[in-house]
Amino acid sequence: MSKKLFPIVALLMVLALVFGSLPVAAGNAAQEAGYGATLATVQERGYVICGGNASVPGFGFLDEAGDYQGFDIDFCKAVAAAVFGDAEAYEIRPLSSQERFSALQSGEIDVLIRNTTWTLTRDTEVGANFVHTTFYDGQGFIVRKADGINTLEDMDGGTVCVQTGTTTEANLADTFAARGISYEPVVYEDVETGWTTYEEGRCDSYTTDKSGLVARQTLLSVPEDHMILDETISKEPLGPVVRHGDDQWFDIVQWTVFATFFAEEHGITSENAADMMAATTNPREMSFFGAEGDLGVKLGLSNDWAYNIVSLVGNYAEIYNRNLGPDTATYIPRGLNSLYTDGGLLYAPPFR
Amino acid sequence: MEKTHTTQQATIPFWRDERVLRVLGQIIFLIAVIVFGYYIYNNMITALAKQGMTPSFAFLNQTAGFDIGERLIEYERADFNKRAVLVAVLNTVQVSIVGIILSTILGVFLGIARLSTNFLVAKLSSIYLEILRNIPLLVLLIFWYTGIFITLPRVKEAISLGTSIFISNRGMVIPWGIPTETWRAYLIVLGVGIVLSAIVNWQLNLVGKRTGRPPLVTLWTIITFLAVAIIGWIALPQSPLTLDLPTLQGLNFKGGYTFSPEYLALLSGLVIYTAAFVGEIVRAGILSVSKGQIEASRALGLNAFQTLRLIVFPQAMRVIVPPLTSQYLNLTKNSSLAVAIGYPDLFAIAGTMHNQTGRSVEVIALMMGIYLSTSLITSVFMNFYNKKIKLVER
Repeated sequence: MSKKLFPIVALLMVLALVFGSLPVAAGNAAQEAGYGATLATVQERGYVICGGNASVPGFGFLDEAGDYQGFDIDFCKAVAAAVFGDAEAYEIRPLSSQERFSALQSGEIDVLIRNTTWTLTRDTEVGANFVHTTFYDGQGFIVRKADGINTLEDMDGGTVCVQTGTTTEANLADTFAARGISYEPVVYEDVETGWTTYEEGRCDSYTTDKSGLVARQTLLSVPEDHMILDETISKEPLGPVVRHGDDQWFDIVQWTVFATFFAEEHGITSENAADMMAATTNPREMSFFGAEGDLGVKLGLSNDWAYNIVSLVGNYAEIYNRNLGPDTATYIPRGLNSLYTDGGLLYAPPFR
Repeated sequence: MEKTHTTQQATIPFWRDERVLRVLGQIIFLIAVIVFGYYIYNNMITALAKQGMTPSFAFLNQTAGFDIGERLIEYERADFNKRAVLVAVLNTVQVSIVGIILSTILGVFLGIARLSTNFLVAKLSSIYLEILRNIPLLVLLIFWYTGIFITLPRVKEAISLGTSIFISNRGMVIPWGIPTETWRAYLIVLGVGIVLSAIVNWQLNLVGKRTGRPPLVTLWTIITFLAVAIIGWIALPQSPLTLDLPTLQGLNFKGGYTFSPEYLALLSGLVIYTAAFVGEIVRAGILSVSKGQIEASRALGLNAFQTLRLIVFPQAMRVIVPPLTSQYLNLTKNSSLAVAIGYPDLFAIAGTMHNQTGRSVEVIALMMGIYLSTSLITSVFMNFYNKKIKLVER
């Protein structure tokens, strides 16, 4: 008995010693969210892992070939281009709205780019850091034309389908309570189930960000039978999110976003980037391309990081038009998502 | 002799002494478990602290900020998170209790049917059991929800049963009583009725014991209760409930009581699935009663139903109850799959709360605690029942 037991006991002792003496949290290097740790982990791994969406056309979805496409996916590619000079050095983890923050906190993903709204609670208690907004959105409602609903007040006594784990769910409650409209929410974890039941008539309306409504309307069996109400009940600034604690990685993702703004403002596109880099005499553009100064090095990257972003992925306008432009099925007018020079909100700080 | 024994004892080093090793092994194992537990706990706390977070349940006393579609108690978005948790727990408990009752009835019926000598009844029952036991519950739930309840006619083309029951893909609406001012008084009348019928039951049982010829105890008990209930209803100045008939107004039915399609789908899925397991347990229980018992009972002149009720079931229960308990626990825990079809049970509400507050660890710990408590309460109750029916050994 004791002879059989001894190896087991010995093993347990060794295990106890090993676990006891391990530096805490060494099991997952990505959890070490100290300054510079994320970049080191990413570079060692050889690719960036982005948390994304798999079911919102225009923002993040799987195409027929099984590849991820969309506005958010392109920003993941831009981060990969900045870090590796290779826009394909990325991997997408499709996450539900419930899973996304846990995945970010635990270090399963490096950056979350998944139609995520910037709020104070998320910025603090959730332990997330929002970089600059890439898409200014607002919550809207889609209804069946035949129901004769034109304003939110017409929805009194109706049923609204909504996805759980979103700011949408709370906005819906706030707005309807403030206006004294009675309604019954039906809350789904899975966005597909929500849309199916809306289409079958379980709900009078489905609510989410307007961009999501436009995108999903194209997938309904008869898109013309539905319409999106004019009213917008919330501000939904959507952008990439990183973990608390690693300011260097925050800066890299932040300036990747600004690089796309800057490129659009200066007319630099994926096609003319090489020519512009050779020809430019503008000091700001020269430091942007890395021909002058060492902006890339300051971020911990190579000096041609911004050039790589623009030449491999494109400027903001290119990314926008590719996914949400007039030639796509998911056309959304640019509105607030225009450069400040065109009356929008996109304004990059100086590259110096 | 004794002296040699002690010297022999002394020569065995402690690491080869089986008695010492046994205790030592357990102590080391315990230490390993504690160290491991502490390690993972500390890991979590450190990782959270690095992101400036400390575990706290203070969010329970903050405004919830979201609405819940189905609730048994009053709740609105301005209520605290703890109220939302209560709403969610009640939803889970309600669907579990109704599910347990219905699946037991259906399961007992199926178990007996499978042993029937009638070929068709036995075969139909075994086909049901074999198929339903082997389909994952989640698949069943999605099937019931998106395949059946959601594809029912839309609310404007609702099927009407009689004049005031309507079925559509918004659920089933039935007429419902609305309490009036006399409702509280009537509750007291009902309480009196229960006490009176209990007294009648007790007295009649005494008569039965004394004379050896029990009168129709159950019948008289029910008659007593109904008599009090009816007299009370008529005697009160205003009838305690007024009937609220559902009518289609605007987008939805107003009035009456609505069973949502999410609730109906969840209940159907749980009942149909669990009943298959209960059926098999009942069959095993019945088969465990020796054949001689049944033959003896028939020889005494009891009919088939009496044999089942008086001879077979009391003995079969001893085999049935322990595995039945675990089926009840399964049903309660399986109700968390409601999240897939939009029913606001504990798991779904906890998910929402987790996302609104960002308190993943706390919300999940709370949820685990609640599921654990409900399961333990069910177990305690079933163990108590098991003790009551088990063979009395002397």
